[in-house]
Amino acid sequence: MQALHELTDGALLDRLQRGAFAYFAENTNTRNGLVADTSRAGSPCSIAVVGFALSCYPVAVQRNWMSRPEAAALTLKTLEFFWHSAQGDRPDVTGFKGFYYHFLDMQSGRRVWQCELSVVDTTLLMAGILTAACYFDGVGDEQRIRDLSDALYRRVDWQWARNGRETVSQGWKPECGFLHYGWEGYNEATIVYVLGISSPTHPLPAASFAGWTDTYQWENLLGHDVLYSGPLFTHLFSHAWIDYRGVQDGFMRERGSDYFENTRSTIAVHREYCARNPRGYEGYDGDLWGITAGDGPGDREMRQDHRDRRFFGYMSRGAPYGPDDGTIAPWAMLSTVPFDAEAALRGTRHLLQTYPQVCSNDRFSSGFNPTLRAQEGGWLSEGCYGLDQGLLVMMIENYRTGLIWEITRNCPVIRAGLTDAGFTGGWL
Amino acid sequence: MSATVPPPKGDPATQDDFLRRVRPPEWRNPQPRQPYDLVIVGAGPAGLSAAEFARRQGRSVALIERCWLGGNSLNSGSIPSRAIIRAAQALSFLRDEEDYGSMAFKRPATDFSAVMARMRRIRTRLAEYHSADRLRNQGIDLYFCDARFAGPDVLLAGDTPLRFKKAIIATGARPKPSDIPGLDRIGYLTSDSIFDLTELPRRLGVIGGGPLGCELAQAFCRLGSRVTILQNDPRFLPEVERDAAELLSMSMSRDGVETRLNTSVVGARMDGGDKCLDTVNDDVKCSIAVDEVMLSIGRVRNVENLGLDAANIDFDPARGLDVDEFLRTTNPDVYAAGDVCDWHHFTNVAESSARMAVQNAFGAMIERPDQSKIPWCTYCDPEIAHIGIDVREASRQSIPIKSFTVMMQDVDRAITDGQDDGFVKIYVRDGTDQILGATVVATHASELINEISVIMSAGIGMRRLATILHTYPAQSDAIRLAAVAYLNNQNATSAGR
Repeated sequence: MQALHELTDGALLDRLQRGAFAYFAENTNTRNGLVADTSRAGSPCSIAVVGFALSCYPVAVQRNWMSRPEAAALTLKTLEFFWHSAQGDRPDVTGFKGFYYHFLDMQSGRRVWQCELSVVDTTLLMAGILTAACYFDGVGDEQRIRDLSDALYRRVDWQWARNGRETVSQGWKPECGFLHYGWEGYNEATIVYVLGISSPTHPLPAASFAGWTDTYQWENLLGHDVLYSGPLFTHLFSHAWIDYRGVQDGFMRERGSDYFENTRSTIAVHREYCARNPRGYEGYDGDLWGITAGDGPGDREMRQDHRDRRFFGYMSRGAPYGPDDGTIAPWAMLSTVPFDAEAALRGTRHLLQTYPQVCSNDRFSSGFNPTLRAQEGGWLSEGCYGLDQGLLVMMIENYRTGLIWEITRNCPVIRAGLTDAGFTGGWL
Repeated sequence: MSATVPPPKGDPATQDDFLRRVRPPEWRNPQPRQPYDLVIVGAGPAGLSAAEFARRQGRSVALIERCWLGGNSLNSGSIPSRAIIRAAQALSFLRDEEDYGSMAFKRPATDFSAVMARMRRIRTRLAEYHSADRLRNQGIDLYFCDARFAGPDVLLAGDTPLRFKKAIIATGARPKPSDIPGLDRIGYLTSDSIFDLTELPRRLGVIGGGPLGCELAQAFCRLGSRVTILQNDPRFLPEVERDAAELLSMSMSRDGVETRLNTSVVGARMDGGDKCLDTVNDDVKCSIAVDEVMLSIGRVRNVENLGLDAANIDFDPARGLDVDEFLRTTNPDVYAAGDVCDWHHFTNVAESSARMAVQNAFGAMIERPDQSKIPWCTYCDPEIAHIGIDVREASRQSIPIKSFTVMMQDVDRAITDGQDDGFVKIYVRDGTDQILGATVVATHASELINEISVIMSAGIGMRRLATILHTYPAQSDAIRLAAVAYLNNQNATSAGR
C-alpha cells in the first residue's frame, strides 16, 4: 500500500477520515449507542464522544460508509437510551436536570468514577443530538429522532447550571454540589452559551454570554492578533458544529475579526512558536505542530542534553505560554484543515513522513512526544481517543463538503442562540 | 495592643546592632512639646516617610512606635522575604550550573542558619537608614510606647498626652489570624513569625496562595523544605493576570512546590509528632502531615485599641479606617496612610500616601493617590510585576484594550542569561498608542516594570517607545520590542486597508 504521505490530498483525506470514523464502529455499544472514551480495554463511555459520534453518522451516510436507515437506527437507539436513562440527584444515575455525567458505564449507562455532571460535555452531546435532528428529516425512525431530540434538549436546565451566577458552572456532583473550575478567558465553551441561550424551557439569559466574553483578552502575540487560548482544541470544538465564517459577536465585531479567522490566527501563532522552538524539542517545526489537550508521557523528570526535561500525563497543553513538554497531538494539525488547508496538509504530510508510527490503521494516536526516548522513535500514546477521531471526521467533512456546517446553519436552536448572544453578519 | 516587645533572634552582635537602630534598649522618650504640628502613630514605611517629610518642611513632629522601627516591610515583609528568596535563588542557580558548563557545585547543601543570619545582617544594615538616632538627629520626637487618642486633638503616648494640630495614623496591618478549627492549638507561623525560624522545616504547609505565601513557599522549597500550598480558590494567584499566574504555577511546580487549588483546610490536629491538616476538595477529603504550617490568608488593619471613638474617627474592624480621597479620616485633623487604610499593602504605596497625607494636612487638599500608576511585584521566580489597568479592570470600565506581548524566550539577553521564562505584555487603549498598563513576568520583572512606570508617567506612547534606544543585549529590550510589535501591527493594518 502506498505510504500515507505520498497520497494525493483527496486520497489522504479519504483514508484518514474513514480511518477515524472506524473508531466508532469498533468502540460503540450498539445496544445503547454509547461510545467508549478511548480504545483502551475497559474504557467507559464519554458523553462528549457520543455527541461527536452522532454528528459523524450523517457524514458516514453521505459517504456510503453506513446506510441511512442503519445510521438512523443507531442514532435513535442512542437518543432513546438518554431519554429513558435514570435522572435524579442520586450518585449512581445517568444524569440530573437534563445534564449527564461525563463518564458512563458502557453497558448500564450509569455514572462511573464518581465523575462530575458535566455542562460542557452535555453541550457537546446536545450538539450531536441537534445535528442528528436536523439531518434526519424523514419519517418513521427519523421523525422519532426529531421528537426525542427536542425532548432531550428541552429537559436541560441551563438556568440551574448558573448556580445563581451570571455565567454557567462547569460541573456538579451529588456529593458536594457545584464545582469551581475558575475558568477565565476564551475557551471551547462558546457553544454552551449558544445552546443554553436558545432553550425554550430553561434558557440562560442572553447577557450571560457577554458576562463570559468580559474576560476575553485581545492580544498581539508572535506577530498575530488573536483572542488567545492556549490549547488548539479550544479553537476547534465549538467550530466543529458552528460555521463562524463572517458571523461576529460584539467582541469580534469591535476587533474586525470572527472566530473562524481567530482559529486561523491561532494556527499561525502555533506554527511560529514551533518554528522558533524555544525549548529545543525534537521535531518541532513550522510544519510540525499541534499542541493541545491530550494524553502525554506521564509525570516524569529527566536530564537530557545538559538540561532538565519535565513531562506530563494527560493535560491541557498550550502555546506560546505553555505548558509545553514537547508533546503534540498528531491529529490536531489535520483537524484544522477547514481553517488553513495548506498548513494542515503540509504539517500532516511532514508528520506522517517523519514519524509514520503516529498513525496506525489510518488512525492517529492521541499524543506523541519525539523528545522523550528519541532514539526509540519517541513516546506514543496507547490506543486512540474518541474525541480526536470524531473531531477529525467532522473537520475533514467541513473542509471537503461543509456538510456539518450546512446542517447546523439550518438548525433553529443554533441560529437563535447565536442571534440572541449578539452574533450578526455572514450567513446569519 | 501590648507594648511587650519580643527580642530579635540571631547572633548577639547583629542583635545588639539591630536593636540599637530599631529600638535602643536605653531609650528615653522625650519631653513633649505642646502642641506638635504633627503626631504620627506607627513607624513603619508610612510613618517614617511622613515624619521625615514633615520635618523637612519645618514641622514639629512626634512619632510613636510600639515595637520596632521599620514596620512590616523591614521586620516581617519585603526585606526579610527578599533576602531569603535571593538565597534560595542562588542555590537554585547553583543546582542548574551544569547548563552553564560548570561541574563544580553539584547539588549544594543548604545551611539554613547561614541563610537566616544573612537575612538578619541585611535587616540590621537597612535599619540604619531610619535608625532611632537618625530620627532624633533630624529633630523628630520619637516615643517607644503604645498610643491612643484621648480626644479629637490629643494622643496619649503611653501616659503622656501629646496635643497635635494634625495627626496621621500609620499603624499598618498584621496577618489575619486563623479561623480553622484546631490550628491555634497546634500552632502556626505567619509572616510575622516565619523569619524567626532557626531550623528549616522538613515539610511546610502553606495555607492561602497569596503573593507572600507563594514567594515564601517557593523559597523554602528551594532551600530544601517539601512545600504544599493549600488554597481555597480554584485559580492560582486569582488576582494576577491569567497567563502570568499560569506561568508561575508551572515554574513553582517545576521547583517541586505542590499546589492544591480549590482546597479548604477544615481542621488541624496533632498526629504523633506531625501537624495534620484536614482538607476538602469538592467531594475529596484528605489529610496532609507537615512539620510547620504557615498561614497566609490576608491581612487585617491595626485599628483596635487606638481610642478612635474618642477622636471621632469612624472605622470598621474589617475594612479599617474610612478615609476620603485625600486620605482624611472623619476627624478633619486626622489623616491615615499606608496599610491601615489601603488594600495594596505595598511599601511604595505606603510611603507615597504618607507624603500625600502630609501635603494635604498642611497645604491645599490636592494630593490624591493615583491608583492607575502603582507598580507592584510578586517576588517569586520568575517575578510577576504589574502596573496600571489589566483586562478585568478594562472590562469593568468598558475601555477597549489590546495587549502587545513579547515572550522572554524571544529576547536575546534573556536567552543568553538562561532567564527566558515569562513575557512583557503592554496594554494599549485599542485604536491608539496610549499605554494603560503592563504585566511583566521575568526574572527581573520588578526592575523592568519601573521602566514602564516612567514611560507611563511621562505619557510616552508605543510609537515613541519603539524608537527609544535600549542597550543591547538587555532584558528590558523586551519592552521596546512590544512597541515594535505595535508598529508592525499598525503597518500591517494600514497595508491591509
